[in-house]
Amino acid sequence: MGREVSESCVDSVIIEMVSAYCNRFYVNKPDLAARRIEAIGYQVGLQLSESYTRILLVARYTMERPRFSDHLEAIKFICKDFWSELFKKQIDNLKTNHRGTFVLQDNRFRWLTRMSSDPSTANTDSSQDPSVATAENKSTQATSMHLYFPCGIIRGALSNLGIPCAVSADISNLPACELQLSVCFSITCMITR
Amino acid sequence: MAPVAPRSGDAVFANVERVNAELFTLTYGAIVRQLITDLEEVEEVNKQLDQMGYNIGIRLIDEFLAKSNVSRCVDFKETAEVIAKVGFKMFLGVTASVTNWDADGTSCSLVLEDNPLVDFVELPDTCQGLYYCNILSGVIRGALEMVSMKTEITWVRDMLRGDDAFELRVKLLKQVPEEYPYKDDE
Repeated sequence: MGREVSESCVDSVIIEMVSAYCNRFYVNKPDLAARRIEAIGYQVGLQLSESYTRILLVARYTMERPRFSDHLEAIKFICKDFWSELFKKQIDNLKTNHRGTFVLQDNRFRWLTRMSSDPSTANTDSSQDPSVATAENKSTQATSMHLYFPCGIIRGALSNLGIPCAVSADISNLPACELQLSVCFSITCMITR
Repeated sequence: MAPVAPRSGDAVFANVERVNAELFTLTYGAIVRQLITDLEEVEEVNKQLDQMGYNIGIRLIDEFLAKSNVSRCVDFKETAEVIAKVGFKMFLGVTASVTNWDADGTSCSLVLEDNPLVDFVELPDTCQGLYYCNILSGVIRGALEMVSMKTEITWVRDMLRGDDAFELRVKLLKQVPEEYPYKDDE
């Protein structure tokens, strides 16, 4: 077992990083903030993938370097091994149209569980009617800002496995009452040959 | 009878949710790297890391008090010991030692020989002047401020600058007398 730190260390640093980019460095430029947050995730994914594939695959298959026969194999690796290392659970559902688009669904995404208090704080403000929608919007926007980081991680990890792709996250089509824990990552692989 | 403050954070650390330190180390590294790109000035990066740490510290103190079972410290000496032995252990899984007290017991050094923040980290020459772990000093400053202690924290030694350990100088500036937090009319 490698070195461990408390989960709150990771949570705190990520939350504070997102907040610094959104609320201090790029206050009125959410696009720029998003791009920077994604870039940080990309860097982390790139390096984690490098180290996880080495540890996991070398241990299991005693291979020098993993060779995935196709994109699906690599994405399955992300869904199972990579996700388990990061979140102690696998992706719940993987869909693909077999044309380079994959949808990964995590029904209890760990990094959103810690933010579940946000919507309730927004609700307390709803005494004045006009602000309700704004508060909800703000909460959704804040949540989506937090999703650029894991999107970047996935993109970085796949990039390290030789698959350039675009990754986006969707939490919009949820049942409204459910705390926003479920997330779908859409991966669009770019054809590079 | 008040519970005796634990002298070690081992038990607390064993009971908190833990993650692979690599994720933490790489995430922090990627943040610092991005800050250097975006803010350009190393001085500004130091300042922002400290600010981020402060913001984390003022929230983390709640978790610390809730989980550590530490009761009120009798003096600043005890506070320093608790940070070094319980606080560092509980969050980072390492302990620090407390040394170099001044005569009136208001400033001391926290020495870290093992620091998960800097695993696999090497600073390029262009980052002279960067206090890579500045977030740590911010966290301690923020956390202590929430328990009524104003402090000033500076780096004395830094392994990324070639020293043999990390040494933080913690100086107690003033102890704000605790006020009852609620006014009558609220």
